[in-house]
Amino acid sequence: MSKVEMTVNGRTVSAEVEDRTLLVNFLRENLNLTGTHVGCDTSQCGACVVHVDGKAVKSCTMLAAQASGSEITTIEGLAAGGELHPVQAAFREHHGLQCGFCTPGMIMAATDMINRYGGKLDEKTVRAELDGNICRCTGYHNIVKAILAAAEEMSGSAKVAAE
Amino acid sequence: MGIEGIGARVARKEDKRFITGKGRYTDDMSVPGMKHAAFVRSPHAHAVIKGIDTSEAKKMPGVIGVLAGAEMKTDGIGSLICGWMIHSKDGSPMNMGDWRPLAETKVRYVGDAVAIVVADTKAQARDAAEAVKVDYEVLPAVTSAVDALKPGAPQIHDNAPGNQIYDWEIGDLDAVDKAIASAAHVTTLDIVNNRLVPNAMEPRAALGVYDEAEDHYTCWTTSQNPHVARLVMSAFYNVAPENKLRVIAPDVGGGFGSKIYIYPEEITCLWASKKTGVPVKWVADRTESFLTDAHGRDHVTTIKMAFDADNKITALKADTIANLGAYMSLFSSVVPTYLHAILYSGQYVIPAIHCNMRTAYTNTVPVDAYRGAGRPETTYALERVVETAARELGVSPAELRRKNFIREWPYQTPVILQYDSGDYEASLDAAMKAADYDGFPERKAEAESRGKKRGIGMSCYIEACGIAPSQAIGSLGAGVGLWESAEIRVNAVGTVEILTGSHSHGQGHETTFAQLVSDRFGVPIDSVSVVHGDTDKVQMGMGTYGSRSGPVGMSAVVKALDKVEKKAKMIAAHLLEADESDIVIENGQVKVAGTDKALGWHEVALNAYTAHNLPADMEPGLKETAFFDPANFSFPAGCHICEVEVDPDTGKVEIVQFVASDDFGNIINPMIVEGQVHGGLAQGIGQALLENASYDPETGQLLTASYMDYTMPRADDLPSYHVSNTVTPSPLNPLGIKGCGEAGAIGSPPALINAITDAIGNNNLNMPATPQRVWAAINAA
Ligand code: FES
Ligand code: FES
Repeated sequence: MSKVEMTVNGRTVSAEVEDRTLLVNFLRENLNLTGTHVGCDTSQCGACVVHVDGKAVKSCTMLAAQASGSEITTIEGLAAGGELHPVQAAFREHHGLQCGFCTPGMIMAATDMINRYGGKLDEKTVRAELDGNICRCTGYHNIVKAILAAAEEMSGSAKVAAE
Repeated sequence: MGIEGIGARVARKEDKRFITGKGRYTDDMSVPGMKHAAFVRSPHAHAVIKGIDTSEAKKMPGVIGVLAGAEMKTDGIGSLICGWMIHSKDGSPMNMGDWRPLAETKVRYVGDAVAIVVADTKAQARDAAEAVKVDYEVLPAVTSAVDALKPGAPQIHDNAPGNQIYDWEIGDLDAVDKAIASAAHVTTLDIVNNRLVPNAMEPRAALGVYDEAEDHYTCWTTSQNPHVARLVMSAFYNVAPENKLRVIAPDVGGGFGSKIYIYPEEITCLWASKKTGVPVKWVADRTESFLTDAHGRDHVTTIKMAFDADNKITALKADTIANLGAYMSLFSSVVPTYLHAILYSGQYVIPAIHCNMRTAYTNTVPVDAYRGAGRPETTYALERVVETAARELGVSPAELRRKNFIREWPYQTPVILQYDSGDYEASLDAAMKAADYDGFPERKAEAESRGKKRGIGMSCYIEACGIAPSQAIGSLGAGVGLWESAEIRVNAVGTVEILTGSHSHGQGHETTFAQLVSDRFGVPIDSVSVVHGDTDKVQMGMGTYGSRSGPVGMSAVVKALDKVEKKAKMIAAHLLEADESDIVIENGQVKVAGTDKALGWHEVALNAYTAHNLPADMEPGLKETAFFDPANFSFPAGCHICEVEVDPDTGKVEIVQFVASDDFGNIINPMIVEGQVHGGLAQGIGQALLENASYDPETGQLLTASYMDYTMPRADDLPSYHVSNTVTPSPLNPLGIKGCGEAGAIGSPPALINAITDAIGNNNLNMPATPQRVWAAINAA
């Protein structure tokens, strides 16, 4: 067993967990933060993406113990004070989701992407950057559109390339 | 229409919970005392079970129970069924092999469930599952349907000699053979429709809860049709009578067909909950999904198309062998027959058609409907043979199609179907214009100057949606009727609840169904709630697949709305002392036309419930129910054009443009319809370029059982799409809608392969057109 302690969405949490507990299971099962999803067992799909110390991380590739001491933000913690984050708002506005299962991971990955690229995002870059996130419903068209729109909103200068 | 009515591009009501992480999927559910299940699965494709030893596993930490098939049989749990009877051409019924939820005597595919372990945690259940010792006598396996039908192939079910399930035909073979014999030209093509894994992103899951005090079961499950699940589990699997079984399909993360069926796991979780006395939850991991979700497609076809000297099609003949896997899944029998063969007329006048379909058992996971279900297979064969014929005849593929288009509706095909309405030329013209088809030669020359091979290809598809007229499908062997139900409850304050038997697993019903009410009564969609997916709340429904939520589910809503409107008008007429025929409902007001006498919608609703002043003999309340049974399928159609550039050095294909012009009849929410097309296109392009479920032919192991091995389309594999619509309303339902869910997946594979074969000058190319295959085809040309 390992003792883990971390800040999740601004709240300090601690627990004794089995050594093999993945971060995603800790979030879902111990903290009941079920917005972070599990879509695969090979770290391919990105349904589980959260932010660990401000960076997008697949929470199924990390042990809870490795995340001990970190600051975690999950999809539940993204909207501040009841206001949707611009990426969340853009996904709704541009119909970037259908079943919603990939959506939390997509939004967390997109937020990190926009943070890294700011105004330099274009369609090609967004598509390349989404390599680690699989969506079976949308065909990505509207996800790409939503991310470009959010990037523009957040930086005021990204090029809107997707039609 | 109001700003939130029919035709409005309204953002989705349901999105809020999904974008904030508050969706509630089956794996998110937990109930007090809940324990976790893991299944012991066969590692062999074909083996006799000589013994199962659970003693070690039962001693493992946290283990509550280990249960196997013999006990299940003793408890009277029934075998899984196929719900559609098909007869072979000799009149004999299809050979349905026994499918036990937990195999007792024999396993028939890798992943076949043998036992269930229930433990405190998921990890403990899995550890213990590995400790269950099953003594197998391994038998030779066969994975391809063609091989399974050969003499001497391993025999999979005793009651299906030679592994044949049925040998079925439709159409006039004599007429077809005569037309072929006397044709001016015949084009023949041998093609394979590759086997696919649906891969909804949410893995299948089930939570079974037995309540001893009430002798009642609840099942949360990842289902596209919870009522059908309840019906089948009750009537055929003897889990519990319907009134003692509640099935809830909460938020469901995509289905694409794979979540229509009732699988062994949900039955077993319910049964295990009673046996162990604890709620039992099972969630598939991705490899388990690959191994056990019903797969799609897997056809091998020879198709012939005959022409007269004027290039008019005179006959079509298709001969197919389809793989149905180790057992017959719920709708598996109808997919290659009445969802496939009867579409062979496509968009064309074809005087004589014949299709022969042989289906076989193999040692692979069952095959059933996957997005499009039979229709993508038809369209792929048909649209490749038309394009090939145009090349052989030296005419433009567009003009050959145009020449043979059906131009009058309703159109009776020689293979059962009667098309409702259409204008195939309109979608062809729209797509050609959007793709700048005429400018292609210039673009090709420019690409050549850069050393790239450029090609263009099209497909003109038709599909049948909104299954189906119950009486007609009953006569064709269906075990159920495929109507839909709806209930409209107007509350006393004027808010509205729609209860529907349709189920949304991404399609946006909470928005589009609410738009119908907003359109009718002028109430904002925020005042309308859509209730679905729970057998305790909605009385009965047939669920969502084959684009039936629009043409069938929404039609039931419209019928119920008609009744509500009539009653609301009667109440208003009474209160306003006017004639009922003078009452109109506009912008949330119930008015006497041409006067300023009006009541708010909420006032009418309130009066219905106070019942202080209703017309004589009127019952209080404002709530109506309707069932809608369609008179026919609806027939969406369209034209897809794809343009590719191929790198001759690597065989890599780049899609430079993809144009879809679709006729879905009237559209409720264009944003959602476009989304459906985008998603369908991605799956069709995935089939054509990337995806393939591949079994090792010797051992029967699934070689592509993870996202490391099965190539899912990702954002950088796909282009942005150009989608647009032409509209011919369906005359067969009150909204004039045809359905849009499958079109993208049906139309795109042949358009893409036609484009690649055009680019490389070699028509001998199978899906998926991987760089390796394309490179080989270039070098063989
Ligand atoms: S669940 Fe983490 S990448 Fe799929
Ligand atoms: S919206 Fe369903 S997987 Fe992306």
